[in-house]
Amino acid sequence: MTTTVIHGESLGKRYRRGLHAEPGLRHALENFLRSPLSVFRGNNQESFWALKDVSLEVREGEVLGLIGRNGAGKTTLLKILSRITRPTTGWAEIHGRVGSLLEVGTGFHPELTGRENTFLSGAILGMSKKEIARKFDEIVAFAELEKFIDTQVKHYSTGMYVRLAFAVAAHLEPQILLVDEVLAVGDIKFQKKCLGKMGDVARAGRTVVLVSHQLNQIRRLCQRVVWIDEGQTRRAGSTHEVVSAYESAMARGETNRHSQERGAGTKARFLRWEISEPRGDDPHVLTEIAPTTVKFTIEIREPVHKGHHGIALFNHDRQLIWAWSTDGVKLAVGQHHLCHGFPMLPVRPGPYAWQVSLYGDGHQLDVWEAVPEMIVATQSHQHQDDLWNGILNVPTRFETECR
Amino acid sequence: MASLTASPPAITPLAAPATVLIEPPHGWFELRLREVWEYRELLYFFVWRDVKVRYKQTLVGVAWVILQPLLTMAVFTLFFGKLAKLPSQGLPYPVFYFAALVPWMYFSYSLQSATNVVVENQRVITKVYFPRLVLPFSAVLSGLVDFAIGFLTLIGVTLIFGIHPGFAALWLPVFLLLAILTALGVGLWMSALNALYRDVRYVMPFVVQFWMFASPVAYPSSLVPERWRWLYGLNPMAGVIDGFRWALTGHGQPPGAVMLASAGMVAVVLVGGLFFFQRMESTVADRV
Repeated sequence: MTTTVIHGESLGKRYRRGLHAEPGLRHALENFLRSPLSVFRGNNQESFWALKDVSLEVREGEVLGLIGRNGAGKTTLLKILSRITRPTTGWAEIHGRVGSLLEVGTGFHPELTGRENTFLSGAILGMSKKEIARKFDEIVAFAELEKFIDTQVKHYSTGMYVRLAFAVAAHLEPQILLVDEVLAVGDIKFQKKCLGKMGDVARAGRTVVLVSHQLNQIRRLCQRVVWIDEGQTRRAGSTHEVVSAYESAMARGETNRHSQERGAGTKARFLRWEISEPRGDDPHVLTEIAPTTVKFTIEIREPVHKGHHGIALFNHDRQLIWAWSTDGVKLAVGQHHLCHGFPMLPVRPGPYAWQVSLYGDGHQLDVWEAVPEMIVATQSHQHQDDLWNGILNVPTRFETECR
Repeated sequence: MASLTASPPAITPLAAPATVLIEPPHGWFELRLREVWEYRELLYFFVWRDVKVRYKQTLVGVAWVILQPLLTMAVFTLFFGKLAKLPSQGLPYPVFYFAALVPWMYFSYSLQSATNVVVENQRVITKVYFPRLVLPFSAVLSGLVDFAIGFLTLIGVTLIFGIHPGFAALWLPVFLLLAILTALGVGLWMSALNALYRDVRYVMPFVVQFWMFASPVAYPSSLVPERWRWLYGLNPMAGVIDGFRWALTGHGQPPGAVMLASAGMVAVVLVGGLFFFQRMESTVADRV
């Protein structure tokens, strides 16, 4: 197993800011009339490097994990390797047939039936008609959709849709499989089924490059891990070594970064957070299952009239625990405290991350992954056996003679 | 499932070449038509999807495909024919108009779907690789199903009026090919432009309408003065429509010089369009 199947050398990708804003013909014509020569001068738009000078080598039969914060460049790297986008610098050589799985249900059309979509999506993902026909029954059985396979997909429930999409994807048999986080959706039971299937793929000698936030998943599947940080390789090596380094960096609160989107953080900026109720020795450690208030301090530099504020809580595996949002937030220039009061936060003890955001007039003002993490160190009300510890930690009042 | 893991990696006609080199875009001169051929099965699936969805969504399905040109023909016959009394090369008005409307409607439908095809498939484009050229190809090919139905109706209409196509009809595939290539050539430019500037799609219906009046759909091209005829021929659809009428009915003249000018024009637009589209292709996933 020493053959190199993916060899990337100094890969870099530069994006132009504002490219996603819908450009109009009129705008282009105006620019042209204002300075007709600018067409030849190329652009002087602001640009940023999503990926910079990343080299990597993946050997045949290896399962390589890519980890890193949101926006670190993992997906960009995967998109370059799967040829969806071209690199700005560097080159890569890939030996073998590549299948990429960046989304669940790529190419699904709501008007078509499950059967038709299986063929369509399979073809788009790179399977031949013959191959799909051969695996068709197996795909349908895997998705547990025998009865509904000739129903239009628009009548499917989300669960059914996801199951069929997964089933098609799981039956891809390329020599090299590039996967982005897709296993993060779907119910746990089905996720496990897919993981099992992926493990089979890996054992069959195929190469897998996997992007995931779920470190447990990475630990289970990968032999080697590359940690991408701010578009560059921060560390590469054995799974244990890299994941541990990544975890301790996260624990040190080294993720104090604000969203890098255009304009973010200049008109408004989240500064700090604390648990203002109940008060403990450390304002970032929650020790009681009691009414809890979490306070975020934000600095507003331009008045916000119709703001949209969102808040989310993630656990250590980047699983979303809870999220909420509200419209019509009005904030004058200056510092403000945004407070969220909860009757209790009955989550199992461990590290958690708050993510807060503020949007104004449809534009992102700031998105902040709050640091430091919140450590929940409440008394456990769970089963004594670890095996039976769930995600909630709720006290229960048990009686034998109740009405 | 156990048996599956033992099977060898499936190498299929869809497979990309064994070794792929990924590099930054090189500029204008990269043409990978061979790759489109390698992905012909995906091309087939895109066409199949478009046709399926189109006939599923329209309530009257096939009937609509026949009714649309028939009703237009009726309107043209009434207004341009009976009221404005435009010449029709000695053909009954219904035949004269229908023979032009069938290729014209194919062209206008294909051009408009080719214009939108990249933007409409943006989700797929940002999630999986395939040669993007497959998309405009699929757009002009899926219009052929409508064309086939319209063409059968057209044969019916000519027979009803007692006109029997002669040997000239053997030229029909050539004119059809010219129509396909025109739609593809212009469609390549428009779909690339539409990916860059989204308002192109709002301009297209007007362009198509103007184009129709610049083509001999509602009138014979003999109305155009002789010395301007070559210029008129630079509109490839003029060659196509004149050709269709002539090949089907034997009336009018075989489009000689007009046809050559049309073919030359199509070649230029098509080759330019291929390069322009591929130029745009390297950045399309970053844009849409």
